Order: sequence, then C-alpha cells, then structure tokens
Amino acid sequence: MDLLIHQILSGLATGGIYASMALALVMIYQATHHVNFAQGEMAMFATYLAWTLLQSGLPYWGAFFLTVIVSFVAGVVIERVIIRPVEHAPVLSVVTVFIGLLVIFNSVAGWVFSYTIKPFPSPFPEKPLFGNVYMSSHELGSMGITLVLLLALFVFFRFTPLGLAMRAAAQNPVSSRLVGVRVGWMLALGWGLAAAIGGVAGMMIAPIVYLEPNMMGGVLLYAFAGALLGGIDSPGGAVVGGFIVGVLENVVGTYLGNELKFTIALILIVTVLVIRPSGLFGKVHVSRV
Amino acid sequence: MTTTHKPALSRNQLIGLGLLLVGICVLPFFIANYRVFQLTLALAYAIAILGLNMLMGFNGQISLGHGAFYAIGAYTAAILMDKGGVPYWLTIPIAGVICLAAGFLFGLPALRLEGLYLSIATLALGIAMPQILKHKVFEHWTGGSQGLVIMKPDPPEWLKISQDQWLYFFVLAWTVLLFFIAWNLLRGRVGRAMVAIRDQPVAAQAMGVNTAMVKSMTFGVSAMYTGIAGALGAIVVQFVAPDSFGIFLSFTLFIGVVIGGLSSISGAIYGALFIQFIPNVADEISKAAPWAIYGVFLIAFMYVMPTGVAGFVRIVKARFLRGRVSQ
Repeated sequence: MDLLIHQILSGLATGGIYASMALALVMIYQATHHVNFAQGEMAMFATYLAWTLLQSGLPYWGAFFLTVIVSFVAGVVIERVIIRPVEHAPVLSVVTVFIGLLVIFNSVAGWVFSYTIKPFPSPFPEKPLFGNVYMSSHELGSMGITLVLLLALFVFFRFTPLGLAMRAAAQNPVSSRLVGVRVGWMLALGWGLAAAIGGVAGMMIAPIVYLEPNMMGGVLLYAFAGALLGGIDSPGGAVVGGFIVGVLENVVGTYLGNELKFTIALILIVTVLVIRPSGLFGKVHVSRV
Repeated sequence: MTTTHKPALSRNQLIGLGLLLVGICVLPFFIANYRVFQLTLALAYAIAILGLNMLMGFNGQISLGHGAFYAIGAYTAAILMDKGGVPYWLTIPIAGVICLAAGFLFGLPALRLEGLYLSIATLALGIAMPQILKHKVFEHWTGGSQGLVIMKPDPPEWLKISQDQWLYFFVLAWTVLLFFIAWNLLRGRVGRAMVAIRDQPVAAQAMGVNTAMVKSMTFGVSAMYTGIAGALGAIVVQFVAPDSFGIFLSFTLFIGVVIGGLSSISGAIYGALFIQFIPNVADEISKAAPWAIYGVFLIAFMYVMPTGVAGFVRIVKARFLRGRVSQ
C-alpha cells in the first residue's frame, strides 16, 4: 500500500510536468490548429541554456528566470519567422516544418553540447521537505512550481485584458481583428508563452531524466497522451489529462515494468483516439458537409 | 464506337527508362564495393519511401512512424533466417505479407483519425517500437537489445560477381518489380480513388468509393512496401538491433518523401539518394550535422519547393521541352 501511495504521489509530480507540456501544446493548438511536434525539443534546448548559465556561475533562480525569458522571446521569434509563412498551409506542410524544427533543435543541441548525459541540479534540498516519507523534495517542489505556473496562467487568461485578447484571437480571429486585437501578435505571444512553459517543464524534468538531447521524447509523448485524454481543445482538460497520465505511467510502470513506458503511451493514445477522439473534456467536433 | 488508347508511356520515355536501367545495371562494375553497398541501401530506402509516399502523397494520410514497419520487416527477415533457417530470398515476401497485415490492422483505427491525430498516433508507434523489440517477452526471438546478426548471402556459383554486387542486383530486381506494381496501381482505378479521398473525401464517398476500405488498404500496402524495404535493408546491413529503428528512422523516411517529392513515384529515388548520401558528406563536419542539414532542407523545401526534387525536375523538363517546340 505504501508503495502504491508513493507511486501515485510521484506520478502526480511528473504528471504536473506533463500537464504543463500538454497545456503548452493545447495553447498552440487552440490558436492555430497546429500541433507543435517541436515543443519537446524546444524545451530541451531551453534546459541546455539553463545548464550553460548555471555552469557560468549564475545562481539557480537567476538562471531559471533568465531561461524562461529567453525561451519566451525565442518562441515569439520562431512564430514570427518560421511558422507565420505556413500559417494557412495544408496540414502536411505544417507538420513538415515542425519536424524540421525538431531535428534542427535536436541536432544542434547534440552538436554544441555533445550527446553525453549530464546531471542537472534541482533547486530543492536533498532531504525530504516537511518530514514526509512519500515524496522527495524535488517531486514536491516541482509539483509546487507547476501548480503555481498553472494558476498564474489561469489568472492571466481569465482576469487580464491581454489574456482576454489572446483568447478572443484564438476563438474568432476575424471578429477580434475588427475590434482591434492584433491577432498575429497574439499568436506570437501564445507561442512565447508555450515556449516559456516548456522551458520550465524541461528544467523540472531534467533532474529526473538527466540532461541529453533526446530527453524530451518520452515527455512529449506523455504530453500528447495527456492532451488527447483531456481533449486537445480544452486547456483544463489537458492539465487533468497530464496528471492522470503521470499517475498511470508510474503505477503501471511499477507493476508491469518500466520497459514498456512508451508502449503504454501508445496504447493510451490510440485507445483515446478510437473510443473518444474529443477526449474527456473536449468539444465533439462536428463538420458540416 | 472505338476509343483510342493512349499508351501509358511515350516511345521516348520508354527509351529513356531502358537506358537508365542499363546504366544502373552496369554501374556496380565500375565503382568500389563500399559504394555498391551504399547504393543497395539507397534502393531499399527508395522502396520504403515509395510506400510512405503512397500513403502521404497520394492518400493524404500522414505517418511519422513508418520506421516501425521497416523494423517489423527487418526483424521478420532476421528471425526467419537466424532462427528458422529460411533462405534469404524467401524472407522478403513473408516480411511483405506480415507488414501488410500489420499495416492494415493499424490502419483500421487510423480510419477515424484525420490529419494531425494520425500523425500523433503514428509518432507514438514510432517512438514505442524499439522498446517493444527490446522487451523480454520477445527476447528469445529478437535477441533483446543485442539484436541479431545475419549471414551475407552468396551469389549463385555460376555468377562471377562479389557478394555486394549480387545483393545490389537482388535488391534492384525487387525495386524494379515494386516500382512497376506501384506505377500500375497508382494510375489505375485504385490510385484515382486514393487521390480522390485525399482531395475531396466527401465527394469521393458520394461517387461510390469505399473510403474506409481504400484508406486502410493503402495503409496496409504502404506498410508492406516499407516492410519489404526493411527486410532487404536488414539483409544488406546483415544486422538488426532495436536502436537502429528509433523514431529518427521514421523521420528519415518522412524527409525522403518530402524532399524527393510528394505524390511522385520518381521522387522516391531522389529522396532515397538524398537521405543516403547527404549524411556521407555532412558527417565530416560533425556527427550531428546531417540532421541539422535535413532540418534546414525540410523547412527550406516547404517554402520554396513544396513539390520536392521531382517537382523541380518536372518544371525544368517542361521548360526545356517547351523551348524546343517553339523553335
């Protein structure tokens, strides 16, 4: 029983990371109906940036916030320069561009930082916080950070004029443009936010999976599973889905062995898509003929 | 009432094709064995890319995980040869049949998935494949993460050529056969149905095309091509291991399709040559350089040449021919 509780709790901790990645995916999907396959590699690159900053002697939180800011700017720039020309192109062209981005980030990271696995520090103390025996302090801390992040995003989208403008631009670009919202820039801001969230997720998962160019492959897959489970057009659903997937991964991994982690994600994705393509909380998509 | 049948290929095209084939046949006698090996592998890639192109270019279904079918084909050949003692030439059709079934089965749920969803599901398949191959349940057959080593087949005794040259002709024969079948399939009734589903799914259905059947069969045939390519590739490389069939193999095939030219049969050849020989050039810069170059090419092609090399060749040819006519 203790083992199960332990697995569920640490599943919630990694689930928070999947949830934030899933949320980043959903944000871009809602605004443009693109699925950003390069999301994981962008987060990986941000984590390498944080690692470089830490190596040069910056304190952890300094490096953390600098990385978040740089990721945000990089996300905006990528949207403006690379994604914008194919904004209305057929699905296949967009997927191709994302795959191109993915392999570029992956190979440049391997080129610059080499493929050797590096340890990445956790900002949290070694010994468990608050004397609890179920979670390590990194698990507890990363869960706290993802929860704060999700809350901040909720407040931003719900209560600020900019957040409202961004939601409007995603939902109805034509009308938004008529009332003076700069839709193009809202999309770019969404990309920036998604990249920044990805950066945080990368820095939180790196102490667990270690730093290497392919570290985000599995995380991205679980983020997809979470986003699809919750409904790819529902931000709240994506967060819930991410947590569920995290718990599922840990519990199933404990009892069936870790060698099949990706296969579980595959089965989950195919099952959700076949049985309920709109996910738990998504809108059922009806197309008019 | 008589209808005049236009021949499928003009006389000039037939002559060109014949000359090309003769050139390909004499080539291995003039280059080093290592180059022959590389060309053989490129031919295998061409088959795989053609298979993926049927699915993506002609039928409009995106797969980011075709490396999985390549792996299934490769492992089928390796296991049959290593554990079953089956002769190498017999493993190819068996691998094809197994991948046809696997692709058809995966294609069934894929029916409900459109565009992006299918690409996510296939991506998951591609990422999960090495793990499945490594799993201890199959370890007895697959050799776990160690993989399997295959014996290099000898040429028949009456032929005085090297093993590499023999393999080249063996793979070439399969390539010609499969390209011929694909060419016939794609310009016929089935091919038109595939294109109709890609362009106007609703209209195609209204015209009586069995959309579900055609889509899952396309997935099956596409997986079959890729699986045969995997089996040929395994025999050429003489080795299979789970980690050589990771997600980046799927990306490689995807890149071959896009660079070579979507919905073009000849594009498969250009794509295969690209993915086989660019790394040779780029490896000298850095181990990671080929992928950086692939990525840049992918994005650049989407902006300036969305029809790939085959489309470019078509444009150049059209311009050249038009110039001649006006003279």
